[in-house]
Amino acid sequence: MLSILKSRCFRQGFRTGKFPDAPPNLPERFQGRPVIAAGKCTGNCTICRDTCPADAIIQEEKGIMLDLGKCLFCGKCAESCPEKAIEFTNEYRIGSFKREGLYCRPGDTYVPEVQTDEKFKRFCGDSLKIRQVSAGGCAACELDFNVLHTLAWDMGRFGIKAVASPRHADCLLITGPITENMLLALKKTYAAVPRPSWVIACGTCAVSGGIYAGNPEVHNGLEEILKVDLYVPGCPPHPAVLLEALLRLMGKK
Amino acid sequence: MNNKFLILANSSSAAFASVPLLSIGEFRTNLIQAVQEKHCRVSSFFAMPEKNDFRLIAVLADDAAAKIYITSAMTTERYPSLTVDVPAFHWFEREIHEQYGILPEGHPWLKPIRFQKKEDGSGDKVQIGVTDYFQVKGSTVHEVAVGPVHAGVIEPGHFRFQCLGEEVMHLEIELGYQHRGVEKMLLNAPDKKTIHIMETVSGDSSIAHATAYAQLIESLDPSLVPSENARKLRAAAAELERIANHTGDLGALAGDVAFLPTASYCGRIRGDYLNTTAILCGNRFGRNFIVPGGIRQTITPENTAEILKRLDTFQVELNDALHLMFDAPSVLDRFENTGKVPYETSVQIGMVGAAARASGDAQDIRKTHPYGAYKTINTEPVVAGNGDVLSRAEIRYKEIETSHQLLRNLLAEIKETVEAVPMREPVLQSNSIAVSLTEGWRGEVCHVAITGPDGKFCRYKITDPSFHNWFGLALALRGEAVSDFPICNKSFNLSYCGHDL
Ligand code: SF4
Repeated sequence: MLSILKSRCFRQGFRTGKFPDAPPNLPERFQGRPVIAAGKCTGNCTICRDTCPADAIIQEEKGIMLDLGKCLFCGKCAESCPEKAIEFTNEYRIGSFKREGLYCRPGDTYVPEVQTDEKFKRFCGDSLKIRQVSAGGCAACELDFNVLHTLAWDMGRFGIKAVASPRHADCLLITGPITENMLLALKKTYAAVPRPSWVIACGTCAVSGGIYAGNPEVHNGLEEILKVDLYVPGCPPHPAVLLEALLRLMGKK
Repeated sequence: MNNKFLILANSSSAAFASVPLLSIGEFRTNLIQAVQEKHCRVSSFFAMPEKNDFRLIAVLADDAAAKIYITSAMTTERYPSLTVDVPAFHWFEREIHEQYGILPEGHPWLKPIRFQKKEDGSGDKVQIGVTDYFQVKGSTVHEVAVGPVHAGVIEPGHFRFQCLGEEVMHLEIELGYQHRGVEKMLLNAPDKKTIHIMETVSGDSSIAHATAYAQLIESLDPSLVPSENARKLRAAAAELERIANHTGDLGALAGDVAFLPTASYCGRIRGDYLNTTAILCGNRFGRNFIVPGGIRQTITPENTAEILKRLDTFQVELNDALHLMFDAPSVLDRFENTGKVPYETSVQIGMVGAAARASGDAQDIRKTHPYGAYKTINTEPVVAGNGDVLSRAEIRYKEIETSHQLLRNLLAEIKETVEAVPMREPVLQSNSIAVSLTEGWRGEVCHVAITGPDGKFCRYKITDPSFHNWFGLALALRGEAVSDFPICNKSFNLSYCGHDL
């Protein structure tokens, strides 16, 4: 007992991060929301599209569009662009309430969305109970969501909690590209959540299928399965990215 | 052994034509002999369509000789099961049956392991979970079914416990919910997606799988040669992966017996190690770090110095957190003699990695089939003898120690900036076979590639350590209480997606 107290007071101490009062500690090489320089991208080469492993870059009339909902944040497009038109910034506030919020175009000015849904704020503004369902996730998204429980992030401070039973949940947080083999279990879990209920797509796989999109064994993410209320891209999303998005969803920011 | 097996060293390749093609009878006899008499381990066993038939290919690891043996035989629809003589084949034969419809005659428990269609997409899909389960009958016997969606934040799987009161007589583990069709996606690869698939085969073992893949490509494209320092950094990333996962699991074990100090501290400290991996590549799981030919990020002496500096603080804090747990009689009482897998069982069913070492089996690919930087840096397998939860926990505790030592040695030797290698698609030798083994934090990761005339994969076989060990977890539960499942499970902490592919 004494050694436990000693360790608590003198060696381990208080370690909960300062976020959201201060910006989170992100790795120096962190890849956040990219900016595409309007003047630089000529729009008439295909190098970034050919390089992208996830088919996340699409040619549009007015130049390229980079879809974060498909992006692995590998940085290969930025590396390959001869004009150096793509640059990944450390903007971590990339969660979006709309699928289109994940589209990056040349010259965009980005402002994270604000929660305006009063009903959501009324139901979940101070207490968000989450039932997580993995449907083909490689465990990275699951692990980095789990990390929010640890004292480093302590999401309980904000009234966010993962619950065991869908009956106790306000929302599902879904990871993975949605395997055919998990589809039924996912639907049953969703049906068991009392209404009103919400859905969070956590990680690029859950948003669009990610690297597994187009495979017959998976369903290209939640796109055609459930209506999504929060999209959090990343492979996996950094804990700061996910926590920030959850807080914004609750209208806390 | 010579004309019965193709003999390879770890991470090397040969012409596919040099793989002996034996009759089924000879094939079986040689495999059984190699396992029973030479104590080889079954690293992989799989089928590949060839002409109108199938070729069965077995990959054995001879740990004593640091050699890998490969042999093959043709089959049409059926052959006498190997499981009957060598139980370590049991899961592989179920896999082959499911993927290609080849019947291993006499297999004691032949049912799907993933509930997928055949690899060529033909046939009907069996609804997952709808199957016969091993059942114990009796008026006081009851069955507990758990999953696929578990109580915690974890991947899905279905567990059936046959219980008499609290005692578990048998546990059957039904997987496949995470099946994404990985091996099928690798046909006609490598392409720009391949490395990213490897990094997500099993998300907490990105480095182990990416390294296995990179080494395999390097053996098939001799123009891709990683520098000595790049090899060291790969090994350093692997050791960080090992420490982070062991730390997380020890914390989770503490949590499961309600020893909260260690649970809380380890939860945080695990993150510290993941953040250290992110120094290398910006990603906490080590993604975008390893590529065939070297590493994808330029690492400066400042980076390595920063890692070394952090290790000093983390190790002290981690030791403190773990010491509390291993010093608490209430914890030890729960761990000791719980979830035992005896040495003989472990060897018989082909367990690998930390779990096998906890049962006294001194296997560790870093030592027995050294690769990359482990060729020049010596590491002895950490072994314990009791095969219980405590042994599996102690192994991880000690491995954390040795991994820190390895990390320090590896990083201290890097004096200058290690450059990223430029992106380029590999050009592979055609009609070849290559095998690559690495020691992931769970155990042996085995990748086998066979290339066709165009230098593209016509078969790519991945065997995650979890594939060997899930049955070990099932056996660990025999005779234990249902309430011991969490600590037994955490002491193995196996991968669902790595198994399901
Ligand atoms: S960073 Fe995203 S968009 Fe760019 S190449 Fe990688 S996956 Fe494609």
